[in-house]
Amino acid sequence: MIDLMRLRAVARKEFLHVIRDPRSLGLAIALPMFLMLTFGYALSLDVDRVGLLVLDRCDTPLSRDFAARFTGSRYFKLVSNIFSYIDIDRAFEQREAMLALSIPPDFERDLGAGRKVTVQILVDGSDANTATIALGYAESVIAGFSGDILLERLRRQGRRPPEMPVEIRPRAWYNPDMESRLFIIPGVMAVVLMIIAGLLTPLSVAREWETGTMEQLISTPVTRTELVLGKLAPYFTIGMLDVVLTLFASRYLFGVPMRGNPALLLSIAAVYLTAGLGLGIMLSIATRNQLLASQAAMVATFLPAMLLSGFISAISQMPDPVQAITRAFPARYFVTILKGIQLKGLGIQALHAEIIILLLFAGFFISLSIILFRKNLE
Amino acid sequence: MSDASTARNTSGQASESGVNGFFRRAERIRRLVIKEFIQIFRDNRMKGVILVLPFIQLFVFSYAMATDVRHVPTAVCDRDGTLQSRELTARFFGSGVFADVGAPRTDSELREILDLGKALVVLRFEPGFGAGIAAGRTMPLQILADGTDSNTAGIALQYANRIIRAFNDDLRRERLRRTAGTLPRAGDVAVESRSWYNPNREAVFYFVPGVVALIVSLVSLMLTGMAIVREKEIGTIEQIMVSPITPFEFIIGKTLPFALICIGEIVLVMSVAVFWFGIPVRGSIVLLFVAAGLYMLTTLGIGLLISTLCETQQQAMMSTFLFFTPAMLLSGFAFPIANMPDVIQALTLINPMRYFLVIIRSIFLKGTGIAVLWPQFTALALIGFTTFFLSSRRFRKTIS
Repeated sequence: MIDLMRLRAVARKEFLHVIRDPRSLGLAIALPMFLMLTFGYALSLDVDRVGLLVLDRCDTPLSRDFAARFTGSRYFKLVSNIFSYIDIDRAFEQREAMLALSIPPDFERDLGAGRKVTVQILVDGSDANTATIALGYAESVIAGFSGDILLERLRRQGRRPPEMPVEIRPRAWYNPDMESRLFIIPGVMAVVLMIIAGLLTPLSVAREWETGTMEQLISTPVTRTELVLGKLAPYFTIGMLDVVLTLFASRYLFGVPMRGNPALLLSIAAVYLTAGLGLGIMLSIATRNQLLASQAAMVATFLPAMLLSGFISAISQMPDPVQAITRAFPARYFVTILKGIQLKGLGIQALHAEIIILLLFAGFFISLSIILFRKNLE
Repeated sequence: MSDASTARNTSGQASESGVNGFFRRAERIRRLVIKEFIQIFRDNRMKGVILVLPFIQLFVFSYAMATDVRHVPTAVCDRDGTLQSRELTARFFGSGVFADVGAPRTDSELREILDLGKALVVLRFEPGFGAGIAAGRTMPLQILADGTDSNTAGIALQYANRIIRAFNDDLRRERLRRTAGTLPRAGDVAVESRSWYNPNREAVFYFVPGVVALIVSLVSLMLTGMAIVREKEIGTIEQIMVSPITPFEFIIGKTLPFALICIGEIVLVMSVAVFWFGIPVRGSIVLLFVAAGLYMLTTLGIGLLISTLCETQQQAMMSTFLFFTPAMLLSGFAFPIANMPDVIQALTLINPMRYFLVIIRSIFLKGTGIAVLWPQFTALALIGFTTFFLSSRRFRKTIS
């Protein structure tokens, strides 16, 4: 049924198309490398050195000592000492600072008298997640200070302070230092492959429809299946090249461990890539228009890989309907597999459900595009 | 008017001057714009791209990116089973941040639950926990977090710290009271925290205005570039060039419709932001549209530039993407610019999206005015006019 000679000819022609255009190569090789490098070196979600304003209305040794606990911590960076609330407003608007600490005038006197003092913390809440983390840091600093005062007082009274009842021992598995790099880098491959599958492929097929060369191809003895597979072959090759490149970069450039079986990862990547290519070519056969095909592919491949895959944002924290939507795209399963194999060292047994789903996606999209292709011609 | 005269020469129209010429020119531009609109809206599928796609993007981006850490899947491995361990567990689940997903009994069950990602956090109480606390000793509570999602796990651990701190505080106070009868008057620092601009610290407040900026960028960049290249590809650009339309008029006629469509999109998307997501617009809407206008000078300019560099829509699409991806990643949309290495931070200074994001977020959430935002406006205007000027000059050269 499939003639290898003809298949090779179609693939060769398509390959030349890609090689000849510097933009295709840029998209196929340079963009993936750019993504790896920026995600590895430039982009991080870690919160530290939060800009801090201190409004010390007490201005005594104790209040200064209190403020120094903030400015001395690596989580905060003193922007300036200020003297009125208006400065807070201005600094928040100009985004110079995110947190303002206001110490009341009676701070030292009240604490000395054993009274409760309330300090105020104002936070620029516009970036909610960062604000929550920064506020958490501030609360631990204050709790530490409070605890020390109590201990000091007890010691002075000659009493033994009670033991701390519970000591928290956090341990992050798979990523002991909780580096956001380790969490982000493995997912980059899922995005990269969708750029190849979702942008490069549909455009090339839709273009043949628009310029009319598809009719010429069809009038040759080449069968539909050969045409679809031949078209996909060069993109598959490029995609697998990207897989190897990104794996090497993540292992040797960014120190992402490879705790599982690399051969397993490679074969699953091939399945995921096939699913993506199938989806891409299906869309271009269905729309037969470059602009539409690329827009549709963007929504169906690239965006979900970026946003609905657990690559950057956690699926478990999304609203339920959105969580349900993530299940309709292959990227989610692939990101789970990538992190599972690289960071957790999981094998086929733990990942079999995801693997089966990816296989189903691949088979479904490829056969659907061949069927659609036949229909389109009749 | 050197622009006008070169334009006239290239199109072979020598007799246009004064008010009359201006009106004729305006009339030709008007017709071009109408033609473009007819072309865009004749195609039902294009209508879909323009009207439906931005909404899909708005909802997907907003709901997927704006993740508040509110229900962290948590498992409890309680080998102690005393009052103390149960009370601490109850405090975790009562906080609303942690959601109970199971109780592994053995280490292998615990490993499985983390391996398969069923839980992000596991609390592990060892036997003797409750007895130790009752005896006044310090007992460890192990919290295992799935580091493959370090972001969520990090926030979850912050919350865990807070819960344990409160638990400790209560216990110690109670113990002191019991041993000494009275608590020493040691004073205590309490915190009163307030979030400005976003009292409940909801993540959507931050992301939705950003998504508005993304959509404007995508629509204006892509449609302009592709619309011009399409004329090249099917050959109609030659027909336009032999008509009395000058390149200047062609540029305006091609970019104006997309600028108008973008303005329309902003209105639509903003209405959804305000009425669906409940995001306030605290600043001046006029200022927002001025910023959008300045920003679009850049994106339309780059669309134009792309059209001169590309012969096919495929190439145009790819070039757009090659520009858009770095611009988005290095704009501060999702990843704070302050976290980037200095070299990259310097690079973001030429990224127009960076300034537009600051403006749009400040106007939406903070009600900031031009007095504070003028540096961003100046930067946008500079980048915008330079890009548009250079690319339209290049465009005129390539077609004449």
